[in-house]
Amino acid sequence: MTATYPRAGLKADPPSLHPDYASTRTRSPKQPLVVIPHTLSELTGPVYGQESVLSGDSDLTKQHAGEPLGERIIVSGRVTDEDGRPVRNALVEVWQANAAGRYVHEVDQHDAPLDPNFTGAGRCATDAEGRYSFISVKPGAYPWRNHHNAWRPAHIHFSLFGHSFLTRLVTQMYFPGDPLFAFDPIFQSIPDVKARERLICKFELDLTKPEWALGYRFDIVLRGRGATPFEDGSHG
Amino acid sequence: MAERKSRKAPAAKKAKPKARARAAVAKRPAPKRAGAKKAMSRKAVAPAARGLTPSQTVGPYFAYALTPAKYRLKPIIADDLVTPDAEGERIRIEGRVLDADGKPVSDALIEIWQADGKGRYPAAGSARSNAAFKGFGRAASNGDGRYAFATVKPGPVPGPNRTMQAPHVSVSVLARGVLKRLHTRIYFDGEPGNARDPILALVPASRRATLIAKRAEATGAMPCYVLDIRLQGSGETVFFAS
Repeated sequence: MTATYPRAGLKADPPSLHPDYASTRTRSPKQPLVVIPHTLSELTGPVYGQESVLSGDSDLTKQHAGEPLGERIIVSGRVTDEDGRPVRNALVEVWQANAAGRYVHEVDQHDAPLDPNFTGAGRCATDAEGRYSFISVKPGAYPWRNHHNAWRPAHIHFSLFGHSFLTRLVTQMYFPGDPLFAFDPIFQSIPDVKARERLICKFELDLTKPEWALGYRFDIVLRGRGATPFEDGSHG
Repeated sequence: MAERKSRKAPAAKKAKPKARARAAVAKRPAPKRAGAKKAMSRKAVAPAARGLTPSQTVGPYFAYALTPAKYRLKPIIADDLVTPDAEGERIRIEGRVLDADGKPVSDALIEIWQADGKGRYPAAGSARSNAAFKGFGRAASNGDGRYAFATVKPGPVPGPNRTMQAPHVSVSVLARGVLKRLHTRIYFDGEPGNARDPILALVPASRRATLIAKRAEATGAMPCYVLDIRLQGSGETVFFAS
């Protein structure tokens, strides 16, 4: 079957059913997935590039009258495909809890304060080298009702498009050394330890701005078309 | 660079000539091009096989970022795909997202990707203005699990081996409890091309109906196609490995 984008790398993904994450029990398909070839419908995709975003959209600390409370952070990285090619002019969307571990979302009823100066949503488009950058505050851990005394490790949600319907990715970025990793069924749903660790950003002094903010690097790898070389431009 | 090693190993093991050739290509340094110099001087980044970033659930709290009509952020992707230049019959597509117990999934994110009425996708890489047909839409399900899009009915698009694919919409389903995006399609009842569609042909006949939206009795100005998405259990929607 024609698979323009090799499927081998997908074993990094979690299975649909991970019973420790209770919601997967009634929301994961039981029937086998139907393998389909990659047709025009899968090989094309929307482009929401630089023209879709405003430069201020990537600074989550400047969306209100004052500055949000919390530890100011810079999160930067590069989006490439599996073959190391930069994914250019691609939309990256992020959302997160505030420093106290509370989301603006109306359903979140965690007994922690909202911050009038923090919404927690941002977006940007990657540049010609696949680079992106956000300014934010470090999100707090928060409780959820999956099991007794369940707490999510601090994380930032990421949504990426890439260059086709097949490269779409929604994931979460975690922070180094979080003591909650071992107890979090969502993080632990990824069977391969190395793949799991790719969701943990790295503290970098080079990205850190003196007297201002800590810098974390989070590189993201989307599906690639295999190692066939492309002329510049034909991939984007 | 342990991950590089681990990815190379399986390619070598299979020892297919094509795979070996690909591996060799992957090792070659990046072709020189305008603008590359600046990046290389900062940090040498040669193309090399990399492990995919794994998927995680979208969780229950995406709305204020991804479907933020109710919130402060201006939405750039919405549930209305109709633009002034969109060619094709104006239609609505709607349905409910249901779990294994038939309960509504009230926190799902549904995304659709489709061609226009003439079967044309925007050219690869074209960053169209928001006034031009994008072919992409996004909707959050409501308390009843209901999602809805306003769009145009897509035309047939080319399939593999000179076949034609019947009009269809590609669909991503994301939600709390969905660890990786579910990929499905919406076809349209009564389309003569459905019988010859190369993708429907791969689906067991008994399950095809889970992909075909039924035309509802016209209640408003626009024709409406209805399809429920069942994540598990009786009448489970067909999802694809792609």
